[in-house]
Amino acid sequence: MKLLTHNMLTSHVRGVRPGGGFPLRIQATEVKVNNVDFNQEFVARMIPKVEWGALVEAAESLGHLSDLPHELPPEYENKEDFLRKVHHVLLEVEVMEGILKCPDSGREFPITKGIPNMLLSEEET
Amino acid sequence: MIEIQSQMSERAVELLGLPEDQPCFLLDVGCGSGLSGDYISEEGHHWVGMDISSNMLDVAMEREVEGDLILADMGQGIPFRPGMFDGCVSISAVQWLCNADKKTHSPPKRLYRFFSTLYSALARGSRAILQLYPENSEQLELITAQAMKAGFTGGMVVDYPNSAKAKKFFLCLFVGTTGALPKALGAECADGEESQQAKFINERTRFRNAKGKSVKKSRDWVLEKKERRRRQGKEVRADTRYTGRKRRPRF
Repeated sequence: MKLLTHNMLTSHVRGVRPGGGFPLRIQATEVKVNNVDFNQEFVARMIPKVEWGALVEAAESLGHLSDLPHELPPEYENKEDFLRKVHHVLLEVEVMEGILKCPDSGREFPITKGIPNMLLSEEET
Repeated sequence: MIEIQSQMSERAVELLGLPEDQPCFLLDVGCGSGLSGDYISEEGHHWVGMDISSNMLDVAMEREVEGDLILADMGQGIPFRPGMFDGCVSISAVQWLCNADKKTHSPPKRLYRFFSTLYSALARGSRAILQLYPENSEQLELITAQAMKAGFTGGMVVDYPNSAKAKKFFLCLFVGTTGALPKALGAECADGEESQQAKFINERTRFRNAKGKSVKKSRDWVLEKKERRRRQGKEVRADTRYTGRKRRPRF
């Protein structure tokens, strides 16, 4: 699971407060770094959609912060080195094994072989 | 089978009407082994796939698809924050929601949950193209009704409606825009019904293509006749744009 996907995933367990299922806390036991082609336009387009605080927090917890600033710098569209760092964190760092924990309900979603299991039981839907 | 799959994904992405030369972020519902995702990656877009079968996702992982994969049941909702995706495609998956695999499953509820969460996960002005194999017309009605209830606009595009084999159903859903539905392929008239009826033409038609000969008095017939005469060595006027033209009453 890439951190871009993590930044968009929310918990959808029944009874979670609206907006309360985000961000899922990562407890990773295995992290992999892949090479992905850099696409400046795509990264620049995705940044407004990303919850910056959650991204920095997630990257920090995995130990792959790569000098990302805690505040989103102004006029980032043309700063290539900054976008490259964001690209690395968003698309190249991958959680292979671990657990995602819902911050509201405490429900845990296991990640196996890089695929988070978001299946719910009947009572939780 | 694989070829049909990729053809359908090609058509689905085409129906999405994404802006050109802009990398988009798409959701693939029921991605399976990621065949549809391959085409999306080829087009330069990024995608996230979700599927209920972990075996299929393992195959996708082994094939090293470019998109990210999530094990989730679409009937339980799309677990993403609002407004994240520029579009959604789904190839041959949505009809499964009409089945009640467990006692507690209620197809209309699961469909509504799927469509309502999908609606919020999509950005304004984006589309969802869901290719499906409906069992019967009631199923089709159930699916579209739940989609409309969730707030989508749009409708069904049926490619090749007159062919039993090539017929394909695409549910085209729009978020927050009221656009015209895209044209279906292989259908002369927009809604496959009309083509079955005889057309009413307020005009007397001569027998068309009677045994390969042109209709008498038509331009082709005149040209052929002149050619024949020329071959016989007779004096024939040159062919001009006036050849075989009708004299209107006001002439």
